[in-house]
Amino acid sequence: MRKFIAKAYLYLLLVVLYAPIAVIIIFSFTDSKSIGQWKGFSMDLYGSLFAGEAQHASNISSAICNTLVIALIAAAISTLFGTIAAIGIHNMHGKGRTAIQFTNNIPMINPDIITGISLFLLFVSLGISGGYVTVILAHITFCTPYVILSVMPRLRQMNQNIYEAALDLGATPRQAFSKVLVPELRPGMISGFILAFTLSIDDFAVTLFTKGSNGLETLSTYIYADARKGGLTPELRPLVSLIFLTVLILLIVINVRSSRMENKNN
Amino acid sequence: MKRSNWAIPYALFLALFVVIPLILIALYAFRSYGGGFTLSNFTKFATQSETLNTFIYSIGIAIITTISCILVGYPAAYILSNSELTRGRALVMLFILPMWINILMRSLATVALFDFLKIPLGEGALVFGLSYDFLPFMIYPIYNSIQKIDKSYLEAARDLGATRMQTFTKVIFPLSVPGIVSGILMVFLPTISTFAISEILTLNTKRLFGSIIQDNIMMSDTMNYGAALSLIMLVIIGITTALTRDRDNSEQTSLI
Repeated sequence: MRKFIAKAYLYLLLVVLYAPIAVIIIFSFTDSKSIGQWKGFSMDLYGSLFAGEAQHASNISSAICNTLVIALIAAAISTLFGTIAAIGIHNMHGKGRTAIQFTNNIPMINPDIITGISLFLLFVSLGISGGYVTVILAHITFCTPYVILSVMPRLRQMNQNIYEAALDLGATPRQAFSKVLVPELRPGMISGFILAFTLSIDDFAVTLFTKGSNGLETLSTYIYADARKGGLTPELRPLVSLIFLTVLILLIVINVRSSRMENKNN
Repeated sequence: MKRSNWAIPYALFLALFVVIPLILIALYAFRSYGGGFTLSNFTKFATQSETLNTFIYSIGIAIITTISCILVGYPAAYILSNSELTRGRALVMLFILPMWINILMRSLATVALFDFLKIPLGEGALVFGLSYDFLPFMIYPIYNSIQKIDKSYLEAARDLGATRMQTFTKVIFPLSVPGIVSGILMVFLPTISTFAISEILTLNTKRLFGSIIQDNIMMSDTMNYGAALSLIMLVIIGITTALTRDRDNSEQTSLI
């Protein structure tokens, strides 16, 4: 009986957690004005997402395009930058290491709004107007700490002598980096990249504060602008459903990868 | 080149994009629109009853959200950590996954649910939506801290004649306090700093402190006032973190 109540509680909670998502996905397949009103199965909302009213559809596709481009660039740079930084931090000792690790934690702990506002003020005082560059720099700021976090464990497990051996055997530091370090760290780098990519496409607050006023929109800022005007409009339903599915798939990939890595290590 | 030097570019990057921007918030907060040192941004906050009320209201909402997350999340975390009932980590994963989905999307999903159930949006939707948004952040650290309890403590308690209830109140609960503390941090802090979603959940009828900051910071003539409000929020975040830090010894394990 205890077991039954416990299980029932868990599953009830899961239903509550996923019901809102399910409602959006279900009602993205019907062409009705409001949620709760089922007008038969239809893919019209998905169709009009990309081929509807010209202005609207082109706004959405450029938002999708911006989101992906920003995420790819930010994730790629963060991965490279974070890996090099992790190698450096790993070889540091004492106060310098403590200081850099402490600062590295700040973007992960700070609420989004503070990260966004602080970077907004930085760009304002430097006189840089918001756009692609500022958004990408901001995304690198909050993505790199996570890359470092996923590369560090690989560094700790790795045999420290291999890199030195490569140098002793006549490899240049560049060769030793690309032929010895990178292959050893690759699993951590790939997880870091996927994580950074997910964080970037998922970001809303930091992008909102750094995108400037030149009309650059990513998916989340576009959805925000739309929802602010008219609540959950019908055309947002397929869009939100697609984003949910993309993020869920990415997360499942990350988790399957990390549990596989754990199994290998045990 | 020494490999420890490889961290230098990143150290400079952190200084420019993390440390200096935070200092800038403080600098702007103590400056008037024309330039020059002033405390007027703070006196404006203390004397403007509208902002002050929103501030207190936001803290109230954050406390209610945190408490409801503990009440709903603790039993869930406790059951999840009981391995007899939940085979494997799949079920745990299902509880943690939503935390990676954009808060804006989750709030829109709450709107969808309320629309579907024909419940009007408003304060109720705000508290439900925030609790819904942050519940996974409460469950996860509590689950972790209960998981870490050495199972032999529980056996010892039982061998020494403790009832189930006593084992819970005297052993499990005290040992899970660090998890509750990090849960409070992970729920309370983001809740007081939310913006945007309160407008969506209440159809613009209720505003939280974060939205006021957003409105002010984006306009050049009120930017300094916005910075002062952000600084106030930063101080609250600092105090909350400092108060809970000693008790929060749970390792910062990765969230996924």
